Order: sequence, then C-alpha cells, then structure tokens
Amino acid sequence: MTFIEYLLERWPELTELTLLHAQVVLIAIGVATVISVPVGVAVHGRDRASRIVLSITGAALTIPSFALFGLLIPIFGLGVLPTIAALVLYAIFPILRNTVTGLESVDPAMIDAGQGMGLSPGQRLRLVRLPLAWPVVLTGIRVSTIMVVAIAAIAAAVHGPGLGKLIFGGLARMGGANALNDVLAGVVGVIIIALVLDIAFLVLARLTTSRGVRV
Amino acid sequence: MSEPVPHGRDQMMIRLERISKRYPGQSADAVAELNLDVKQGEIVVLVGPSGCGKTTTLRMINRLVQPSQGRIYLDGEDVTQIDATRLRRRIGYVIQQVGLFPHMTVGRNVGLIPKILGQDGQQIAERVDELLALVGLNPDQYRERYPRELSGGQQQRVGVARALAADPPVMLMDEPFGAIDPITRERLQDEFLSLQQRIGKTIVFVTHDIQEAIKLGDRIAIFGPDSTIAQYDTPERILAHPADDFVRSFVGAGAAVRSLGLLHLRDLPLPACERVEDRRTISEDATLYDALDAMLQAGVDELAVAGAGDAPPRLLRWADAIRARERAATGSERAATGSARSGEAP
Ligand SMILES: Nc1ncnc2c1ncn2[C@@H]1O[C@H](COP(=O)(O)OP(=O)(O)OP(=O)(O)O)[C@@H](O)[C@H]1O
Ligand SMILES: [Mg+2]
Repeated sequence: MTFIEYLLERWPELTELTLLHAQVVLIAIGVATVISVPVGVAVHGRDRASRIVLSITGAALTIPSFALFGLLIPIFGLGVLPTIAALVLYAIFPILRNTVTGLESVDPAMIDAGQGMGLSPGQRLRLVRLPLAWPVVLTGIRVSTIMVVAIAAIAAAVHGPGLGKLIFGGLARMGGANALNDVLAGVVGVIIIALVLDIAFLVLARLTTSRGVRV
Repeated sequence: MSEPVPHGRDQMMIRLERISKRYPGQSADAVAELNLDVKQGEIVVLVGPSGCGKTTTLRMINRLVQPSQGRIYLDGEDVTQIDATRLRRRIGYVIQQVGLFPHMTVGRNVGLIPKILGQDGQQIAERVDELLALVGLNPDQYRERYPRELSGGQQQRVGVARALAADPPVMLMDEPFGAIDPITRERLQDEFLSLQQRIGKTIVFVTHDIQEAIKLGDRIAIFGPDSTIAQYDTPERILAHPADDFVRSFVGAGAAVRSLGLLHLRDLPLPACERVEDRRTISEDATLYDALDAMLQAGVDELAVAGAGDAPPRLLRWADAIRARERAATGSERAATGSARSGEAP
C-alpha cells in the first residue's frame, strides 16, 4: 500500500489520534500556564527565589523524556494521567522563565509613574506589569507548546493517547505491513500539529497584544 | 538660607520640616534636615547640581521615598505616615521619562485614575477631552493614539494631563522638559505658565537649568553641595543678592541680563508715545529682555509699546530700560523677605 492509499483508508483513525495528541498537549500547556504564571508573579524581582525556582524547573528539562515517563508509572500508573503530568513538568520552565523575564524587563519608569499616580501594588501588576510582560509570557507558552508536541509522542511508552502509538507501533513491527506508513503518518501528524499551534499562537499574540506595544 | 516668614500652617500647601533621607547602605544623607514651605498656588523650583538631592526631596513629598527623619505636611495635615497610595492620588506627579503606559491609548492613560476612583465612563470621557484640550492637544485627534505615535513634546503634554486627571491641588514635576529640544522646551514652558494661570495649582518643579528656574519659579530653592538649601527666595532677589559664593557661581555670569527677563513691559511706568507709525512696536506682554533684544537687532534705541485693548501706546527708551532694571534690583532688596512674585495665597 502506498502512503497515499494508506492515508485514504485510515484517515478517520489518523484524525482521531491527531486530535487526541493535540488535546493532551493543550491540557498540559493549560495546566503548566496556570501553575507558572502565578509562580512567576510571586518570585519576580526577588533574585534568590526566582533563581531557586528556575533551577528546579530547569533541571526537569534535563531528564530524558523516556525515563521520566517510566518514573511516573509508580505514581500515576499508565495512560492519560502520567502523560499530562510529564508534559506539564516539561512545559513549566519556558513559561515560568519568560514570565519572570517579562515582568522584570518592564521599564522602571512605568512602575515609577504607576506608583507615583497612586496605583496600588495589585493595580500596578494588573494594569501595568502583566499587560507589558504578556507578549513575552505568550512566547514562553508558545515555545513550551512546540516542545511538548514532540515529547507527547513518547507518551506511548506509558500508553498515553496520541500519535506516539503509531510511531512506536510501527517501529516495533518494522518490515511488517504498513509499519513504515504508520511511523511516517505519526511523524507528519506531529509536525502538522506543531505548525498549526505555532500559527495559532502567533494569531493569539496579535489579537491579545495592544497596538501600542506590538512590534 | 533665608527663613520663610512665619505663616499660619494652614496657608502652607506643602511643608517639609527637618526632613532627612539616608539611603540604605550610604554613609551620608542624600537630603539633610531640610525645611521647605510652599504656599498655595505658587510654583517653587528646586534647582542645583546633579546628585544634590532634588529628586529625593520631591519624591519624599509623595512618599515614593520614605523620609528617614522629619515630617511632611500637606495642606496642614501630617502625611508622614498616612497610606501612601491614597496620598499620591491627591498629588499629581510628572517624571522626566514621562512614563506614559505604552499599551494604553492617550485617552486611557489620562483617564486611568478617574476610572480607578470609580467615575463613570461618560464622566471620564468628558474629563479626558477637557484635559487634552487644556494641554493643547485636540482630543478628537489624539484620544485614540498610542504614546509611541506622539512626539516627545506631545507625550510630555499627555503626561501633564494625566497628572491633572484627579484634579489634585498639588503637582510635582521632575525635570519634565529635560529631554526636549530647546525650542520646544521654551514653548512648553510658556504654555506651562499660561496653564498655571488658569489652574492655579501648587507646584514643586525640579530642574538643573537655572534659566528655567528663573523663568518658571515664583520662588527658587537652590540646593547646595551639602544636601541642604543654599538659598530660598524669589528669582529677582536671588539674581540681585545671591546668598553666598556657591549661589553666585551657580547663578553664573549674566545674572543682570537674565533678570531683564523677569520685568514685563506692562508693569513699567512709561510715558505716552507719539508718532507711533515711525517706530517699531512691541507687545506690552514682552519682557525687558525681549525689548532690549529687539532694539539691538533693529539698531534703534526706542520702541513703541502697544497697550492692551484701547490703551494708548507708550514709549520705551534704552536709558529708561536700564534705569527700570536698576530700580527693580534695588527695590527687591527692600521687598519683604520670602514674598512670592505672584500667585500668593489670598
Ligand atoms: N535609590 C537610591 N539608593 C541609594 N542612593 C541613592 C538612591 N537614589 C539617589 N541616591 C543618592 O542620593 C543622592 C541624591 O540623589 P537625587 O536623585 O535626589 O539627586 P538629584 O538632585 O535629583 O540629581 P539629578 O540632577 O542628577 O537628577 C545622590 O548622591 C544619589 O547617588
Ligand atoms: Mg533628579
């Protein structure tokens, strides 16, 4: 069977796997964002605290993904849960780092003006710091997303959902019927998800960034 | 320094009482035991060399810098310990870098504090338009622009409009025209003075340009190198009678010429002018400086001074101009100490 014939025959299943893959990525990114942004807000401007937090979350990135999935089995078992947990762990660092950097790189004159005109610390954060840091935060989320799309394929090792199933299955049966097509379809699917999400984030950035600070 | 005349405390809009600031880890005070009284409606200019504590003093008034010692009174109330955020909403603040929020339109920048104070949308929109018009920007043209779509001078005007938004009785301005080219700066200074005529705020203004201080200040506080005030007086008296060598050198050569800029033709006793059509004419709003400049330029020694409205023109002769300045210099010597040039509390 040629790759084209394979695609024509299997597309309902391929679509489903692709959507599951994207879904698991987006859930993980959502969770990671909800964790990272508040932590970034809490530690920014405090040298020691941000260094500690960034070292710990940065270290997580150095764990080989295959090993990490394996290590999570005793805690979360198999399936969706360990997949999301591992992806969250990887996704935190870029978002957290960009949140801290974004908040800290706001022009001190802005903060000064805000404080001088009588904005409370909460108002300065909400009205000045966060909106000005937002494009940088969003870039962090985007980087995390692209990274996690690829890592999610490894989740097949813990029976996670997504395109990893095709890739791992195909690799295990190399030489067998459709083995190469499976691997190819999985890889192409991962690339398509990455591209689509990347574009989606660029559009989101444009829609959510004020015209006054857009580059 | 010359002690301000004892007024009732309630006449003083701002009173700094022996305030000092020592920044953490520093061995010397940035500001030492400083006293300063600012009357309601007057412009006080803090001037002095770099690092002498002007900004520190200004920022202690709205408690962006917490004084190490001393008391601050605003309109008779001791504000040294009250909630700083609430205090700052009663005080307009304009910084040199302007500090407009780049992600907000001009309208939102100006309307931010009214919004936080809970005014409704209609009210805020009207206030924003009123303020933009006040600082000389057409609201329809500028309301929806972002700060980066404005020139430096326009940004500075928006900064002033924003500081005025909550109609604070007091304005603090830290080198607001510092980063602006000389020609625009002069125009902004003129506009600033005519704006102040209309709004009558109590203003503390920081600059390191003595020329600007002389032009704008009802009183000038010259900061000495030891973080204290070397002289606090009207521009006329500082030019005519510098308190010490430091002030003399800071005011610099040309003090006599500069003082010409303080005398307005309308205030001078001048004879009526005949044969106006043969003479060059100058507005009575001009200063003696402008008049002598015009005479030198035209190579004449007489000018007709146009009166306001139907008032007949008057004659200014070179020799009379020189005498007028002389009289002003010796007159200010006898003037009551500490009296401001204009804008005194009623
Ligand atoms: N946050 C700070 N921490 C430590 N020292 C400071 C701080 N801010 C100012 N200083 C010091 O306090 C002194 C007064 O500073 P200030 O900014 O008030 O001077 P200035 O008169 O406004 O000078 P300039 O004309 O250059 O603006 C300076 O010696 C300065 O180095
Ligand atoms: Mg300064």
